[in-house]
Amino acid sequence: MKIDKNQLLRFTTAGSVDDGKSTLIGRLLYDSKSIFEDQIAAVENSSKQKGIEGVDLAMFTDGLKDEREQGITIDVAYRYFTTPKRKFIIADTPGHIQYTRNMVTGASTANAAVILIDARHGVIEQTKRHTFISSLLNIPHIIVCVNKMDLMDYDEKVFNDIVNQFEEFSSKLLIKDVRYIPISALEGDNVVNRSEKMGWFQGSPLLHELETLHISSDINKIDARFPVQTVIRPQRKGFEDYRGYAGRISSGIYRVGDEVTVLPTGFTSKIKSINAGDQEIEEAFAPMSVAITLEDDIDISRGDMIVKKNNQPEMSQEFDVMLCWLNNSPVKPRTKYTIMHTSNEQKALIKEVVYKMNVNTFKRDSEDQDLKMNDIARVKIKTSHRLMLDAYRDNRNTGSIILVDDSTKETVAAGMIV
Amino acid sequence: MSTYYLNYLEELESEAIFILREVWAQFQNPVILFSGGKDSILVTHLAKKAFHPAKIPFALMHVDTGHNFPETIQFRDDLVEKFGVRLIVGSVQESIDQGRVAEEKGKNATRNALQITTLLDAIETNKVDCAIGGGRRDEEKARAKERFFSHRDEFGQWDPKNQRPELWNLLNGKYFEGEHFRAFPISNWTEMDVWNYLTKEKIEIPSLYLAHDREVVRRNGSWIPNSEYLKLEEGEEIVTKKIRFRTLGDITITGGIESDADTMEKIVEEVSTMRETERGNRTDDKRSETAMEDRKKEGYF
Repeated sequence: MKIDKNQLLRFTTAGSVDDGKSTLIGRLLYDSKSIFEDQIAAVENSSKQKGIEGVDLAMFTDGLKDEREQGITIDVAYRYFTTPKRKFIIADTPGHIQYTRNMVTGASTANAAVILIDARHGVIEQTKRHTFISSLLNIPHIIVCVNKMDLMDYDEKVFNDIVNQFEEFSSKLLIKDVRYIPISALEGDNVVNRSEKMGWFQGSPLLHELETLHISSDINKIDARFPVQTVIRPQRKGFEDYRGYAGRISSGIYRVGDEVTVLPTGFTSKIKSINAGDQEIEEAFAPMSVAITLEDDIDISRGDMIVKKNNQPEMSQEFDVMLCWLNNSPVKPRTKYTIMHTSNEQKALIKEVVYKMNVNTFKRDSEDQDLKMNDIARVKIKTSHRLMLDAYRDNRNTGSIILVDDSTKETVAAGMIV
Repeated sequence: MSTYYLNYLEELESEAIFILREVWAQFQNPVILFSGGKDSILVTHLAKKAFHPAKIPFALMHVDTGHNFPETIQFRDDLVEKFGVRLIVGSVQESIDQGRVAEEKGKNATRNALQITTLLDAIETNKVDCAIGGGRRDEEKARAKERFFSHRDEFGQWDPKNQRPELWNLLNGKYFEGEHFRAFPISNWTEMDVWNYLTKEKIEIPSLYLAHDREVVRRNGSWIPNSEYLKLEEGEEIVTKKIRFRTLGDITITGGIESDADTMEKIVEEVSTMRETERGNRTDDKRSETAMEDRKKEGYF
């Protein structure tokens, strides 16, 4: 395998047990030969105990004891497979209504979402919810798989009707790139191999789409943002004056000699050197982890952001966020939370719930102010100090926040800056 | 003209370095759990890159079962010297001598499960608030749902049903007194990725991973190495085979595979055509279908 050019694609799969999601993932892993013989033997064994002939593909993705007993996926599970063209990470998330939080989690880092629709049922409430969340989380590519075509005689009209249903409701959402594929995960049609039974379909099988999606542009390379994680100060001979600002570039490109501004202080300087590991390099881009040194001795610490002089984020203490509540205990009014944004941490208050979003109907409800687990709402947030903000639409890394409840230390909410 | 994207190994490296720096920034006293296996060696090398030109800011913590391959201990000591890091050793033998744990009995007895107590004791006495491990999600089904920052309660236990959601690059490492975290910077790497990276970066690994002649005995479909701890059973016979190890655990439970792969390049070639998981030769995982999950809940690596 040529490894020097192969990229990494992260995708999320949305659907419930009944849509055949686990079977689809099992099929991708099985047909791309990513499952080992001892795993196959173990699944054959369990399949037999359950009275199932042959290999139950869905069982490859069942992880924890409780799930295997209940036959449902209760948390985000990560799966890996590699083809000669790409490495893939699947964030496998459950589709039930109570698991919106898991979908949001899986979607947060995904390049693509695979949305499954059962050909027998067409677009249902759950399809709308999944599509809404994919759009809200700004997943760059959406692939709609109409599954179980084998149960509908591989009928082209069934597929076209579902595509029309999807187009109709999704036109209200912000989606950049969507494609449709008729498949049968169980029979293997159009998953890895082209289906012989659906000659009428002109597009590519799912795996081919995943292998060729253009993902190099998924990360913003225009607005340079570098949140400082930590400062490297080697206490050793020869490096007494070295002060390296370590971090992972959120977006954009940095070059030695660039004029930069450090926020929130506003001091300006020039980039003196860029280190990637023990290599000195001339330029670096997102999502590289590097250490940057500056020409001038400025006081910089974790939470600060190094940006270009002529392209700066907004600095604000009050802003609107689309918030997804992730915790069992609901929002407590007037409570101070810790807000985490890039490497920065401040105190924050939810000042107002502007409206709650009904993720099934896309209707806004401005009466109901209670935020509970799995609710999505537009809220106004106030922080103790200014944050360096971008809109989530423009920048997933500098446009996202989480809230931590100081009394439990748990992550209770995830937010996208509007 | 340059192309502005990373290949998958570069992206995995960048992610791991990000996580290691996050550990350093968020915790007071983090250590790297060092087993002498290829994954913990990789993590140590990534830590070197993350803080260059400074020294690795983490101590290495080794849970010593006393049933090691001698090569592993030699390798560990050489690495500690080369990087100038501090070494903390938690000894299972001491835990046994102090009566904290009891040695397993019977023909399949191992010290694998006993490590949990020694590890948790070492974490507590050294006031470690984050133990960095080389665990990967592709290794075992219970690990597929592990977080980068994995919270442990004051009993060191993992609650798989109540994990903190992890979104974007925002890692929440907040804890109460007495609790701690495990951090897994190479979560997203597969066995193949690890070998490709070790080869590309020319990172030295214990010779046990390369094919060599060794005295072994056939047991449960694996070649178990001869050692002072091995008790031969009826019908078993010691033979010399050319083997190598895919994972390194205790000498008593780590089975080798027959192989001619005696260079890194040959291993990459062999692993890419391998049809069995790497832990398939670990008798500790074969005890039951949920053996790993059960041990993890109690505080295993």
